[in-house]
Amino acid sequence: MMRQTILVGLIVICAALWGCTRKNTSAVGPTPTAFGTALVESSGGKQIGGVGTTLPQPVVVQVNDDQGNGVAGAPVEFTGPRGVSFDPASGVTDSSGQFTTNVMLGSMAGRYQLGASTHTKAQKSVDLKLEEIALGDQERLGAHLDETYCNRCHNPESTPERVSNYDNLEVKPHSFTEGDTLNKMSDADLTAIISHGGPALNKSPLMPPYGYTLKKMEIQALLAYIRMVSDPPYRPAGTYYVQK
Amino acid sequence: MPSSTNKPSLRQILFGSPIRAFGVVSLVFLVSLAIAPAKNHFSEWRHYQNQYLSLIQGRGDAVTLRRHFRGGIQQNWLPELGVVDRCTTCHVGQKEATLTDVGLQPFRRHPVMAHNVDQFGCVMCHRGQGAATTVEEAHSSTLAWEQPILPARYTEASCGQCHRAPLAETPELNLGRNLLAREGCVHCHTIKLPGGDTMKATDDPPSLSHIADKTTREWIYAWLKDPQAYAASATMPNFKLNDDNVRDISAFLVANSTPVAGDAATVSAKPGDTTAGASLYGESFCASCHAVQNAAGNVVGGNVGPELTRVGNKVKPEWLTAWLRNPRVYDPPTGMPHYRFNDQQISTLGTFLLAKSDSDFLANVHLDPATPEQITHGKTLVQEYGCAACHEINGIKRPENFAPELTRIGSKPITQLIFLPGMQHALPNYISAKIRQPRSFGSSLKMPQYTFTTQQIDALTTALLSRTDRAQTIPPALAVTATPESTYQPAGKAGQLMSDLACFSCHKINGRGGDMAPDLSWEGTSVQRAWLQQFLKNPNTLRPALIRRMPKFNLADSEINLLTDYIMTVYQTPAFDRDSIDSSGDSRVQVEQGRQLFYSKYACQSCHIVDPKADKGYVGPTLTQVGSRLTAAWVYHWLKDPQSLRPGTVEPNRNMSDDDARALTAFLMSQRSGGRPGNKAAKVQGERVPRLEARK
Ligand code: HEC
Repeated sequence: MMRQTILVGLIVICAALWGCTRKNTSAVGPTPTAFGTALVESSGGKQIGGVGTTLPQPVVVQVNDDQGNGVAGAPVEFTGPRGVSFDPASGVTDSSGQFTTNVMLGSMAGRYQLGASTHTKAQKSVDLKLEEIALGDQERLGAHLDETYCNRCHNPESTPERVSNYDNLEVKPHSFTEGDTLNKMSDADLTAIISHGGPALNKSPLMPPYGYTLKKMEIQALLAYIRMVSDPPYRPAGTYYVQK
Repeated sequence: MPSSTNKPSLRQILFGSPIRAFGVVSLVFLVSLAIAPAKNHFSEWRHYQNQYLSLIQGRGDAVTLRRHFRGGIQQNWLPELGVVDRCTTCHVGQKEATLTDVGLQPFRRHPVMAHNVDQFGCVMCHRGQGAATTVEEAHSSTLAWEQPILPARYTEASCGQCHRAPLAETPELNLGRNLLAREGCVHCHTIKLPGGDTMKATDDPPSLSHIADKTTREWIYAWLKDPQAYAASATMPNFKLNDDNVRDISAFLVANSTPVAGDAATVSAKPGDTTAGASLYGESFCASCHAVQNAAGNVVGGNVGPELTRVGNKVKPEWLTAWLRNPRVYDPPTGMPHYRFNDQQISTLGTFLLAKSDSDFLANVHLDPATPEQITHGKTLVQEYGCAACHEINGIKRPENFAPELTRIGSKPITQLIFLPGMQHALPNYISAKIRQPRSFGSSLKMPQYTFTTQQIDALTTALLSRTDRAQTIPPALAVTATPESTYQPAGKAGQLMSDLACFSCHKINGRGGDMAPDLSWEGTSVQRAWLQQFLKNPNTLRPALIRRMPKFNLADSEINLLTDYIMTVYQTPAFDRDSIDSSGDSRVQVEQGRQLFYSKYACQSCHIVDPKADKGYVGPTLTQVGSRLTAAWVYHWLKDPQSLRPGTVEPNRNMSDDDARALTAFLMSQRSGGRPGNKAAKVQGERVPRLEARK
């Protein structure tokens, strides 16, 4: 009787294992038919999306050969931090050598480093790094306020719906992504110039004050947004980093 | 079992003698006593708490963090909301401001939010099982629990449980709610709102009772086959009907149509040339409401009225003529204004519009005359597909509860849903799949196919997930209500004229109307009579960059006077008197002081133009002739607190002193079109634009 039980148990375990392994192998996509030597980004990097949402534009990468021409049928695989998903995560390049994937960001606000890779005929891996930004609730509110109040002066680019006022200003403001300048300003300074206008920092009065128009939490949201989108990334001094 | 006689059985070993039995029983007893503490000791949450303690060790802020740390199970009980949360047992660091650099869950600091966790708990927003103390049970839907955690991208759905009005923080939810109303979802699906109202549709599907006057059976056929082939921006979804069904429905609609007296007309004027037509189309600002697809494939223009890219394929020329003369003959409540075009203008515009056609569009539609059987079958189909849920059709009653009610869809138990193979068993996945491709759940389902983008589907899913049991039952005192819909209708002859001109399609007055153009509730306090008269006569503008503007209605002088009188007397703010400040006696000194303030202290030129040669600011309206347009009292009060006069305006409040505001008022009121206001009014035409906040 004991033997029978053991036998049944073994069968069950084997069946379970087999089921698991089968699941793993079934995820393999079409087999590559060609190989390139370089991997470049075509579009889709440095996008800004909301947490857990699909980025507005797909990410497109291209596999090139030595001459810089696209290679069709080459393997590409995407990887990302936990929570990021790709549709599809791997496959082969199309006839122009490109591979397109839709990226859904994870549920935490912040910067997401994505990796794309292909490999050469000699199985040497070629990697490419991309970065995307996921805005949390606070930064999203900041983005909305930027659109409403700040963008027209701070963003030099015009759209049909919104003509930029940047060119009309005698003193030029910075785009909020210009980390080289904005990262040097402390939170207190940024809050001061947003609340009390340019003169608060001995700057031009062309920068109006918003302290009587926006609520405190709205100004904090703008600050969080500015910090989140800055390029290079903002790394505040004086915070404690976990020891690795 | 013969062998048992030789060897002692298990029972004999354990319970052979009373002492042995006692020993065994007490051992079992002791072990079972130890189970609970052991389970506690090895519990998941304790593991996380220990991990947290080692994480904070060695950090500069360890002392503070350790002081804040509370071991053991933490519980937040909010009887009023029916919340029992133990999430903070594992999410220990969620309130720690200094943990900004920790990305590891469950220790991350909670991002800044509008609410306090102690007051609202966690599950109000994130859902999941607050009382559970294992990850699996708290986050996922397990056997005993129904409510899984809400994926981050739908979190705004939870805001919508209490907040019934749009919030700046919830763009996704706002969009989703707009889409539910605008895309016709609520024509078929009832969504009851907590106050007892139902959600109302904001689109305006045309009546089909007189459709044969307007268009041909061939067009109806092509439209029903694929509405988006006619107009890329068409909101009507595709019902995926086969050729026979489309043939029969078109046969029924045409046979069932009754004529309207006076909706067909001809004009004797000579046909206009296309250039004249294009400029009249432009001058009349048709593009504020109607879009046209350009050569690059972009649909450009407003979405208040239907797209006109191929309108020449659709409308009958006589119908178009009558419609341009007065749209209210065919459709009395239409949102299209009654432009007072003369015959020549009607002919010019008509020719221009009819030329907007695509010779291929109806090339392959050849229909034989309809048979009585086809017409009867068409009627059956119209009833089956619920066409009358959206459209008025002679002799067909609007079906009640045509599609499942969605009032509490956000709390629908998963056990009541049927998932497709391979689909994750979660409510958001179910809802979004239903919206994306309704017929994938069964080819006999009637829900039509929409052409939503991923973003729109996410937004719609968010809005539907907000319709939970909690949203329906939350105590009214805790809910943030939306402003009730206004049914304001101006009185008398002026009111009739305003309806005829469809002012409410673009302007809001006393809570009713569109948001394309400025709110006019206090227009009478704000502007000067002579300017208003001139503006209504010829609403030109000095700001050519705007696409959407006030059209010229070709009003008669008597109509202009009627409107002006009404606006000047009725649309007044109760906050102050329009004549309370007299700027006619302002001294040169005061004006000069205002100029200084304008250019130096407040740097208004960053957004406004006073001197067209020097100033370039482009965000706010031009102020070159503001002294002939606005009243001094309005300017003064606007400078003191713009948001009190127009909530949400982007003009910042400068916390100006009374003296500064008065001096600036003096400066601005000195900016006139030359001479005294009134007698030179003819020159100030249209200096002010009905300003469209560009990013609506
Ligand atoms: C009318 C145009 C205008 C608007 C609107 C505006 N700004 Fe500015 N801003 C400026 C100008 C001009 C400067 C540069 C001042 C200087 O360098 O002297 C500036 C400077 C700044 C700076 C300092 C860094 C820099 O770019 O030089 C910050 C931060 C800033 N603005 C934030 C904001 C925020 C946040 C808003 C929206 C709430 C906003 N601004 C709206 C014109 C504007």
